[in-house]
Amino acid sequence: MIPEIGLAALWLAAALSVLQMVAGALSVKALPVGAETGVVSPFALYARPAAVVQAVLATLAFFALLYAFAVTDLSVKLVATNSHSEKPYLYKLTGTWGNHEGSMLLWVAVLALSGGLLAGLERRLPERTMQAALAVQGFVALGFYAFLIASSNPFERLPVPAAEGIGLNPLLQDIGLALHPPTLYVGYVGLSVAFSLAMGALITRQVTPEFARVMRPWVLGAWVFLTLGITAGSYWAYYELGWGGWWFWDPVENSSLMPWLAATALMHSVSVLAARDALRTWTIMLGVLAFSMSMLGTFLVRSGVLTSVHAFAVDPERGTFILVLLLLYIGGALGIFAWRASAVAEGKTFAVNSREGALVFNNVMLTAILAVVLLGTLYPLLTEAFDVRVSVGPPYFNPASAIFAIPMFLVMAVGPILRWKQDKAARINRELAALVAILLVALVLIGLMAETSILALLGLALSAALAIAAFLPLRGRKLGRVPMAVWGMVCAHFGVAIAIFGMASESAFTQEKLAAVSAGETAQVGDWNVTLNSVDAVAGPNWTAMEARLSVARGEGNSTILKPQSRNFWSPTQATSESALLTQWDGQLYATIGRSVGVDDSGKERWQLRVWWKPFVTFIWYGGLLIGLGGLLAMVGRIREDLRRRKGIQRRQEEAADMAELGSPTGPAMPEPAE
Amino acid sequence: MTNANAPMKAKHQRLVLVVLAVLAIVGAGFLAAWALPKQANFFYLPEQMVENPPEIGRAVRLGGMVAPDSLNQMDDGMTVEFKVSGNTADLVNVRYTGILPDLFVEGSGVVAEGSLSDDGVFVATNLLAKHDENYVPRELEGLEQHKSADTVAGRTVGLD
Repeated sequence: MIPEIGLAALWLAAALSVLQMVAGALSVKALPVGAETGVVSPFALYARPAAVVQAVLATLAFFALLYAFAVTDLSVKLVATNSHSEKPYLYKLTGTWGNHEGSMLLWVAVLALSGGLLAGLERRLPERTMQAALAVQGFVALGFYAFLIASSNPFERLPVPAAEGIGLNPLLQDIGLALHPPTLYVGYVGLSVAFSLAMGALITRQVTPEFARVMRPWVLGAWVFLTLGITAGSYWAYYELGWGGWWFWDPVENSSLMPWLAATALMHSVSVLAARDALRTWTIMLGVLAFSMSMLGTFLVRSGVLTSVHAFAVDPERGTFILVLLLLYIGGALGIFAWRASAVAEGKTFAVNSREGALVFNNVMLTAILAVVLLGTLYPLLTEAFDVRVSVGPPYFNPASAIFAIPMFLVMAVGPILRWKQDKAARINRELAALVAILLVALVLIGLMAETSILALLGLALSAALAIAAFLPLRGRKLGRVPMAVWGMVCAHFGVAIAIFGMASESAFTQEKLAAVSAGETAQVGDWNVTLNSVDAVAGPNWTAMEARLSVARGEGNSTILKPQSRNFWSPTQATSESALLTQWDGQLYATIGRSVGVDDSGKERWQLRVWWKPFVTFIWYGGLLIGLGGLLAMVGRIREDLRRRKGIQRRQEEAADMAELGSPTGPAMPEPAE
Repeated sequence: MTNANAPMKAKHQRLVLVVLAVLAIVGAGFLAAWALPKQANFFYLPEQMVENPPEIGRAVRLGGMVAPDSLNQMDDGMTVEFKVSGNTADLVNVRYTGILPDLFVEGSGVVAEGSLSDDGVFVATNLLAKHDENYVPRELEGLEQHKSADTVAGRTVGLD
């Protein structure tokens, strides 16, 4: 019964998205240009409630599926193929979105929720723009409802309930799965709201700083979630896959990186629009790009085209459906852009030597990196069409993206201390000299002391300069009066420096030890001594494992016990390697165990051991968290400012009304609070 | 965006911005077009590698089936040697030092990343085996032995 309710809710939500789209579009036609908030066209009554009710229904549908997974309802096909009655309870729940249909339902639910939030709370934009944005949002949602209902119905019943479920891929039975996909989805969906707003503003020619202020929290929010999602995904792959790597340039990873790059550019550009009324069309274009990238990411991951062009053909209906959606969305967006972009009046101008100039430069660099990643990701698909099979990895991605990333980081160091509109290089002479000195000293020192690759060397030196540069915007300001958004920027830029330091350090200084050892033997990696105490069989709820007890000690220090496992799951049958990590402030010791390989001279069984010492590797994820925190601070700060500004305007209007009532011709002029 | 002292018209500035952005993107495109064929990791089947071997030391991938009874554990405990077969009788010797991937067994499919050494042995730096019942490395889908697996390849669980 519950699954049927879920399906019905999904159908109703789809119907409401049609209403939202049509009512929104009609009211754009009916409302006069420049209608104020609160002016009501007969059609405008429908779009907002439709979005809100739709959010409730889509959430209901998601909870119906969650319930089916929670009670392991094996008459539902999706549950039978992806769950198992004896799986740990937490993984039963997270298994809801550990499969194609469930994750699409989650996606749609998040989309509907944010649409409802937008419709329910946002009252600042001109009503006409808002209606246009809601119509676009309804159109985007409709495509996904159609996709779910027509080709990936999560509530499909089996004719005969299965006796037992097939189970969930053990790699996905991890807390990482509980957090990673939903976080990324919120990010993708946030970008779709930003896109709807951008389209609304474009259609109604309202690309104004006021519009940018409405759009900014959505972009910031989406960006924060994308940042955290990517960070979590990277750490998950690092400890779960047991290969010791933290980024593989895997197409699925790239699909999340590309929207992030576009969103990073968009976030900076929308700030310029809000503060300075410049970069109008540029911001809209980036909005289209960010949304297109999140759609492309969904397409690449969801169509199966990444595994192979052939896998795409295995389920042509589903793949083609997403491809058509993708073309419709991106084509439509670009079409509207081409049709309307010339109607957007130019914004304010600025000099090369200005904060806008630096931001534009970095926007272009981000877009170039995006192009590099996109082409590298699609290249294997292209060659496969000609029957040549290739894979593209770090030898391409690292240097090709660094060519654009390094100038970008250099500009990022000075950009925030430049003035808006126009600045002279002479004004920031001292800061510039200091940063260049730090960079050069670090380059020389590290280059002399350690033998590293050129990229790692540059990364280490850049991170030192960037870490200092991140705090320069605070110089000469009263710390108590620095706006929260500025703290956010400082925090995020510092996070970038920290993350770069972690990446460069990991690539430059990692030490690895591979050895076959018997009980009592010691292997050395860096200044660590790793002794194998014993290997025992252990069992978990749905797996058995060989567990090694390693006692590890740094030099003469105290020893700690690490327990890496080689696990065998029995439903579905699969082996995984569970790494064991020892985290220190200056790095991580990473141990995995392999198989038993014969006996040593004294007849004792030998086990394969692989141990890494990775100095400062954790800084990669600390940096990611700092970047996310910075975004959060900026978002909260901006929302608070906007609320205060709105209150100010309201009070001024009230005062003006009071004055008018008193018969006084002019009210006191209150300055608008500064941005 | 020419001279800081001579502010240009907004329209011109927009044009300059568009031109700059297009230049950067086209530059990135050319860079990719130039670097990709060089840096991409080409995939070889054993018969292709025997017939037309890649340059010694060039990073490539070799994919096929681990030939039965060919797996040989070296004394150091970490190095294995095995032969990989494709659709013909040609065999390529592979040497790998490290922990074998889960589900690596004789008679099963494997993709080895590495390069050919002077002595004709393919030295692998990384092995990818199928890591669950449904997943087949995409390069192996054309092989006879994997025909049956093709139909389930679409069901790979997305690690997103």
